[in-house]
Amino acid sequence: MVDPQSAAQLASWLVPGRVLFLLIHLLGVVCFSYIVAKRLVPLIRGERDFRFDRPWVRLGRVLKFWLGQWKQPRYRVAGALHIFIFVGFAVLALRAFTTLLVGVSENFVIPGLSGRAGSIYDIVTDYAATIVFLCMVIAVFRRLVFKPARYAVPARYGKGHTADAIFLLGLIALLMVADSLFAATKAASQAQAGQTREVLAALSLPWMLQKAIASMSLPTLGGLYFGAYLVHELTFYFLLCYRPFGIQFHVETSLFNIYFAKLDREILKPVRWGVSDEHLDQVKSFGVKTFEDFTWKHMLDFYSCADCGRCSDNCPANAVGRPLSPRFLSVKARDYAFQHYPVFGRAKNGTALVGSKESGSIYSEDEIWSCTTCGACEKECPLLVEYIDKIVDLRRGLVDEGKVPQSLQKPLKALESRGNPYGKMEKKKADWANAKEFQQTCDVKTLGQSNGVETLYFVDSITSYDDRMQAIARATAKILNHVGENFGILGAAERDSGHEVRRFGEETLFMALRDHNVDAIRASGVVRIVTADPHAYNALKHDYDDQKLPPVEHISQVIAREVKSGKIKFNPVENESSVYTYHDPCYLGRHNQIYDDPRDVLDAIPGLKRVEMSQSRDRSFCCGGGGLMLFYEPKEDQRMGVKRVQMAAEAGANVIVTACPFCMTNIEDAIKVAGMEGKITAIDLAELVDQQIVRESLKVA
Amino acid sequence: MEILVCVRRVPDTSENEIELNSAGNDIERDELVYSINEADNYAVEEALQIVARVGGNVTVATVGSEDDEEVLRREMAMGANHGVMISDEGFNGSDGHGIATILKAFVEKGSYDLILTGVQAEDGAAQVGGMLAAMLDYPFASLVNSIEVLDGKKLKVSREIEGGNKEMNEIDLPCVLSIQTGINEPRYVGMRGIRQVASVPIPTFGAAELGVPANAVGEVAAKVKRVDYFIPTLGKGAEILHGTREENIDKVLELVAAKGGLK
Repeated sequence: MVDPQSAAQLASWLVPGRVLFLLIHLLGVVCFSYIVAKRLVPLIRGERDFRFDRPWVRLGRVLKFWLGQWKQPRYRVAGALHIFIFVGFAVLALRAFTTLLVGVSENFVIPGLSGRAGSIYDIVTDYAATIVFLCMVIAVFRRLVFKPARYAVPARYGKGHTADAIFLLGLIALLMVADSLFAATKAASQAQAGQTREVLAALSLPWMLQKAIASMSLPTLGGLYFGAYLVHELTFYFLLCYRPFGIQFHVETSLFNIYFAKLDREILKPVRWGVSDEHLDQVKSFGVKTFEDFTWKHMLDFYSCADCGRCSDNCPANAVGRPLSPRFLSVKARDYAFQHYPVFGRAKNGTALVGSKESGSIYSEDEIWSCTTCGACEKECPLLVEYIDKIVDLRRGLVDEGKVPQSLQKPLKALESRGNPYGKMEKKKADWANAKEFQQTCDVKTLGQSNGVETLYFVDSITSYDDRMQAIARATAKILNHVGENFGILGAAERDSGHEVRRFGEETLFMALRDHNVDAIRASGVVRIVTADPHAYNALKHDYDDQKLPPVEHISQVIAREVKSGKIKFNPVENESSVYTYHDPCYLGRHNQIYDDPRDVLDAIPGLKRVEMSQSRDRSFCCGGGGLMLFYEPKEDQRMGVKRVQMAAEAGANVIVTACPFCMTNIEDAIKVAGMEGKITAIDLAELVDQQIVRESLKVA
Repeated sequence: MEILVCVRRVPDTSENEIELNSAGNDIERDELVYSINEADNYAVEEALQIVARVGGNVTVATVGSEDDEEVLRREMAMGANHGVMISDEGFNGSDGHGIATILKAFVEKGSYDLILTGVQAEDGAAQVGGMLAAMLDYPFASLVNSIEVLDGKKLKVSREIEGGNKEMNEIDLPCVLSIQTGINEPRYVGMRGIRQVASVPIPTFGAAELGVPANAVGEVAAKVKRVDYFIPTLGKGAEILHGTREENIDKVLELVAAKGGLK
């Protein structure tokens, strides 16, 4: 509690500065408002984006990801530091507000924070300031001494960000010191005047400062009090106005970024919000070509990126030296926005975003084609920044301008004329089922119009045509047969699911493939769809979402269910020296949260030893990408698959189990490239199940 | 610069399994998919790039029938300003000389500074470009793999010659060039692009409009006739190496060096 006399004396020390303080307040607020208004200009010019639905769900996410800092602990040290700083800032917000107003109205107290509550709040804030200060010291120390690799800026992306980061950390530390000194001088002068003095939290920064200045004379303390106030005020407003120029802007934007974040991550952004498929032909330009083609929310993402580097730290493309780093996708776009929509001066009309550096473009074509859309970056981002939609939108722009890598043009053309990227004949689509030995044990029906078959096995291109992957098709069919499923395939009527076609930006071709498949599936009259290809699964489930198709399951879900029901029983593994590890396919795991079913199945096989790789489940490391990505010739130092095989070896595994034909392709190739043939093998979950299944139960059924 | 590119629609070799028909005089065409002849596509891309540098128009023309319109649309979607269908019952069965005669008549109807063809059609004989040039009395360069416009009257072109070497030539306009694949990286054309030019009219020219005498073209005038189609019997197969990895690597190096692949 501050008694009136000392309060008057203390306040009187600030009186000479009152006009100055008021001016700084006004100037600070006006500057900040002006800068923010300028920052909003591109957002207003940006494309539409519907983010105003389901407010309660959005609020829930604000509580979880913003207030609850949900993703921060995924990185222990940095996450803990951030949580402390965030909580500290939140606690100090009221104190900062009070302090600012005390300069112009000496007796200002926030209602409810007088008396006992005020004293408690003061003690809490003393500690908060101390913790934030310490966090700043640790953060600077980390930046300078430990230098976590993810903060480094590769030469091709410009200069390092360390100086800027330390400058900002220093400013916050200064703010904390000024704030604490302000409280300390107040307490010290009260003590000298023999008045009831404010209690400072023991061992806090203000407490220590108070000890240091306790013996100073009252006038000196008065000067210090005034100085601390002025430094606090100037630092506060400088920070406020400086933040919109860099990574610290997330302090202001994060709340909005999380509130407006995409709710249905698995559904790809439409070409244009509010334009139906039928009207797409009237849209003049597809995708993102200039900055203004981004939606306002995607621009807000750029502002909100805190440069923490977690996305790129988990990006497989970045890890193998492809010219892509999600972090710099954001950073470069933000720099572009700041340059082209300056705070002073007029906005400059946008140049093409993708192209040569000389022509003012910020992204290279290779950069945009390097992404496998694995989703690791999005899973990691504490601010829920979206990447896949932006990559797909940029690709839509490139496709619209005819800028498609030569290696992808042939498969795209073949998809258009033959419905598969290999240019194989439609009539050969069911050849895998006609292999003699197989046909004797398992007859696969080809669905005509309503022949009473309930379940469709959607095979998709690679599993239908690729010699190696046909084994997965046969294993899947045998499993379905074993559990008594009345199933069939579309055969020649099945087209590629178009999953990668869409993700490579060829929306029109995707729609043609989708429409063809939807018609064929509807005509077949099935009530259930099963697939062994996670990409087809994702396409049918989410990309065909609005088509009202029967429910879709991945074969691993079917197996897990039938293991539980007892229809599937396993023989023990024969080779006891085998150690298995499960590689999560991106489109089964991260994109569809199917992590446990395949693991449960493996664990149900008697005697099977299973280990986890260091990066598994939602941190699974992409094998190299599927669909059209198999045709793309990336610039890279190493194959993603090779890195993944090495991770399996490090985990002590010699059998990699996966549940995706593309993972199989990449991993088997990688085993050869890494020279690990004979040391490590790969098998599909369906193949393993088919191999271990106890066949006697067939007779019972 | 006014550029004419002569294009053809051919069965796409990468997307078909070519089989002989039962009579053995043609390939089985029932389930074939067709596309633009690959070299022609490069020629159109080159024309578009020249026009982007020096201005002008690109016209694509094909001698064919209604079915061939799709390749004209595709090239128009790429950016060609005009598409022209040259079609007449009487043109059926023309040999290379006949096609060149028809194209010559069409060229003389317009005014073109530069005429491009693909180096050859995938099912053709690489003869029309040269014949067309001779009939028009224009200079001709074949296997062209780069073009530079000098002063509006001349081009500097490079030609691919044996062993991957290049030969530089200056050639007077107007001229005919046959374009080698790999001269550029043709842009992609998707369904959307083709749909956007779906309603652009494509004029058709017949024998009467072009003033081509009936006895100069078509089957009656053809002096080259296809008499048989056959798939050559397989020769001795590839050599399979059966050593260890290291031995095989050494053997491969030795074989490649022996064939002149390593210097």
